[in-house]
Amino acid sequence: MSAHSEAEEHFAGSNRLFMSVWFWLLLLTGLEVFLGYIQLPVVYMLVILMGASIIKAALIVAYFMHLRFERLNLILTIVPALVICICLLLVFFPDSFRSKHLRYQGPPPAVEKD
Amino acid sequence: MATEAQALTGDWGGGVHPYRVGHRKLGMWLFIMSDSLTFSALLMGYAYLRASNIWPTPFKFYPSIVFSSMMTLVLLSSSLTMVMAVSASAHRKRSKARMWIIATAVLGATFIVLHAIEWKHLIDEGLTPFKLPAEWAEHWPGASPLFGATFFGITGMHMFHVFTGCIYLLIVAARVNKLKHEDVEISGLYWHFVDLVWMFVFPMIYLLSVYSK
Repeated sequence: MSAHSEAEEHFAGSNRLFMSVWFWLLLLTGLEVFLGYIQLPVVYMLVILMGASIIKAALIVAYFMHLRFERLNLILTIVPALVICICLLLVFFPDSFRSKHLRYQGPPPAVEKD
Repeated sequence: MATEAQALTGDWGGGVHPYRVGHRKLGMWLFIMSDSLTFSALLMGYAYLRASNIWPTPFKFYPSIVFSSMMTLVLLSSSLTMVMAVSASAHRKRSKARMWIIATAVLGATFIVLHAIEWKHLIDEGLTPFKLPAEWAEHWPGASPLFGATFFGITGMHMFHVFTGCIYLLIVAARVNKLKHEDVEISGLYWHFVDLVWMFVFPMIYLLSVYSK
């Protein structure tokens, strides 16, 4: 192992692969900027933008951060725990929608009496 | 007995090195896990405030969107140069690796400069962490003044990571002859993580707040 590592390190992935990953990242970014300028409902916007961002994050982690070429043990230690923890943060959202309606909306409209 | 041990290591995959990475690299991965939770919490807090308030959408095409898109391009390109640095280092081309690392740090510094100019535009308009510019408050009546707090908080935290990343890279570039290949790779992990965070900050902060009439 040590004799081997003195020569050349094991390094998977060619420069061409990294260039194409970079190109796809730029393309997705361009798409996101474009989406910002067509009038879509905010929910669609959010879903598409987050989808594109998750794809970009996955590309960065898999190829640039080299995780795809690591041992499965490491991937399974890092990825599922992180995804679950981040998803758990969503538990606050129902409260956020509720608190919008608790806000003082100004005086109620005057009711006309006959 | 021997076959049992073999079966175990076969299943385990590495005996005493279950991940086949050095302890420094594992440490960096664990740091990245905790740091990504920090940023997730910040972005979730931002999304929470945004969903429960009237939120201004003030970013005009020029300067904000143009600048932030350029910043994204710069950061993505810096990730590419970092990959080139790690690749050169793996092939034992140390001076080439040093050159690529310095290129990465220069791109990182460019990002900070562009971001500072972009901040300056907003500060000149009158945005502070706890107050909206009068013009915005008029345009979006009842809008939350926490816009500035989330904006400066999240982008500032990210910029701080870029700043420390630049220093880290310069130290690695200076010591590249003494360091092992894996150490260069670890600095790359940190740098790509900073890039990754921006891939979420950019759409959530900028693209969802594009100004439209």
